[in-house]
Amino acid sequence: MATDTTPVSGPAEQAPRPAPASVPGAGLRATARPPGKKVRRRGERSRAASIGLHAALLTAAVIAVFPPFWLLVTSFKPKTDTFTRSLVSGFTLDNYDHVLNDTEFLTWFGNSVLIVVTTTIIGVLISSTTGYALSRFRFPGMRPLMWVLLITQMFPVAVLIVPLYNLMSRYGLLNQPVSLIVTYLTIAVPFCAWMMKGFFDTIPVSIDESGRVDGLNPFGTFWRLIMPLARPGIAVTGFYTFVTAWAEVAYATAFMTGEENLTLAGGLQTFVNQHTQDWHLMTAAAVLIAVPATLVFGYAQRHLQSGLTAGATKA
Amino acid sequence: MADAVNPRATAAPAAPGRLRRSLTAHWYAWAMIAPVVGVITAIIGWPLVRGVYLSLTDADEANVERQIGVNKIPATYDFVGLDNYTAILKDEVFWDRLGWTVLWTVACVSVTFLLGLGLANMLNRSFRGRTVYRMALILPWAIPAFVSVFAWRMLYNERNGLLNSLLDGGGVEGVSWLSDPTMAKVSVIAVNVWLGVPFMLIAMLGALQSIPAEQYEAAEMDGANAWQRFWNITLPGVRSVSMTVVLLSTIWTFNMFPVIFLLTRGGPAGSTDILVTEAFRLAFVSSPRDFANSAAWGVLILLLLALFAVAYRRALRKQGEVW
Repeated sequence: MATDTTPVSGPAEQAPRPAPASVPGAGLRATARPPGKKVRRRGERSRAASIGLHAALLTAAVIAVFPPFWLLVTSFKPKTDTFTRSLVSGFTLDNYDHVLNDTEFLTWFGNSVLIVVTTTIIGVLISSTTGYALSRFRFPGMRPLMWVLLITQMFPVAVLIVPLYNLMSRYGLLNQPVSLIVTYLTIAVPFCAWMMKGFFDTIPVSIDESGRVDGLNPFGTFWRLIMPLARPGIAVTGFYTFVTAWAEVAYATAFMTGEENLTLAGGLQTFVNQHTQDWHLMTAAAVLIAVPATLVFGYAQRHLQSGLTAGATKA
Repeated sequence: MADAVNPRATAAPAAPGRLRRSLTAHWYAWAMIAPVVGVITAIIGWPLVRGVYLSLTDADEANVERQIGVNKIPATYDFVGLDNYTAILKDEVFWDRLGWTVLWTVACVSVTFLLGLGLANMLNRSFRGRTVYRMALILPWAIPAFVSVFAWRMLYNERNGLLNSLLDGGGVEGVSWLSDPTMAKVSVIAVNVWLGVPFMLIAMLGALQSIPAEQYEAAEMDGANAWQRFWNITLPGVRSVSMTVVLLSTIWTFNMFPVIFLLTRGGPAGSTDILVTEAFRLAFVSSPRDFANSAAWGVLILLLLALFAVAYRRALRKQGEVW
């Protein structure tokens, strides 16, 4: 990284580096400044810059939070007040009551959970061995496989949806959870394998070698030594697959038609369409869908940043 | 483990000894990739081949093989060669959709990237409330996209939506957010940017934090101002991550189905239909369902993406990036 940066850092290499100054946020720079300028600590900002920073971030944060917040607020309003401008008007839980008890919402929820959990488990399990093989071995067929994994990830929905639909319809699998599980595996497997390769790359090869020295075969090394170490990677990959499948719309809309077979993505559409305009029910259902997803996300997001960069830069 | 990369399936009948040797050397690697190769062949490869075949026929709702109750109705569609493709490419609709898809992708990716980079730069310093801002800014990512899209539809609602009601309050006439062709385009782009910024933000934040602080210190000692530091340290430092996320984001946006399908259904009059939603509409919304044409659109989309990936890779290579 240091080599490809900047004409600026070149001469700096020779400059004497005061050791204490490398502690971020500490160390006065007064000596380096021309006299007359206001002395400022490293990382300190002028008042105006500080206000500007907070103003910009605050605007962005409000825009980011507002639509979901409005959904939440609206879900507590009675039907007649759905589109009022006030924050609270006639607080009621009727919408939730109706969604949970008088619609198929819980069935949709169950369908979604079943489909997504099965997909995630199968996807992560079968692709981790591939990720390991790609990360550790040089074997004939490796480069083509990596290309296939990369290219299939960018397959548009449009190219597989019609043939898959016809296959499912031929075998009478439409409206069955298994059709969506199989379909989501087409999304999950290339992606999981690619991500897992990135994670295995971060585990030192010396661990494999020590396992080999102790008499483990490649499978034993993989299963007993590497898989336990890759647990954070498995968690991120699994979470990713989970979120992707949870939010998938196109296949779910096309393959599932009967009211009791829908997933959440299809179910939410039934509240607001050409025939019905039940915005009040939609908001309640939306909140019920979003809350668990947001909690899971909040729990996992700490790992996301490292996971993303590991996956991205090692590619 | 050694770098013994044999050319694949090296003339198997001619040199049996060689095949056996590579089998003993690589059988565990091959065994490990077997499940994934199997799955890819069965549920991606086979449907892909069928999709290409369907695109060369006149298959539609009425003549494909299907099961009604216990009765199997056999397929009766015919092979028509490249007719579907010539018809599509001669039709103005395809070029219209393609133009809008490119515009949509470029607009979404560039705005999302710039906003993500800007916000990441703001968040990548220490100040009070940093965690709160960060949590707020990634919220759109935490909520399933189809839920947020409905929230936006409610805000955009022409008669009673909050946006128009606020405009009314300010004495401005309401805007047809989703029913005017131009406004609808702006609206869908806005929603997609809203959805996409958190991913960019987190990725760029990770990239920024991997730049060693010493580089900034050294530059500062040499008198580089904030702009020079950004230009000469930050940008080169985030380059490789940027390349990856821009590529990913381009592909995702190009194929972004839910935003457009749920927000406008491609309307008004197809003006916000991108290629993917158009292909979906042909097969599953319009009547009669036209499977052959939809498959042909799908193949064309895939070709476009492949072209893009090749061009992108070549551009990366020219800049000395290796992969």
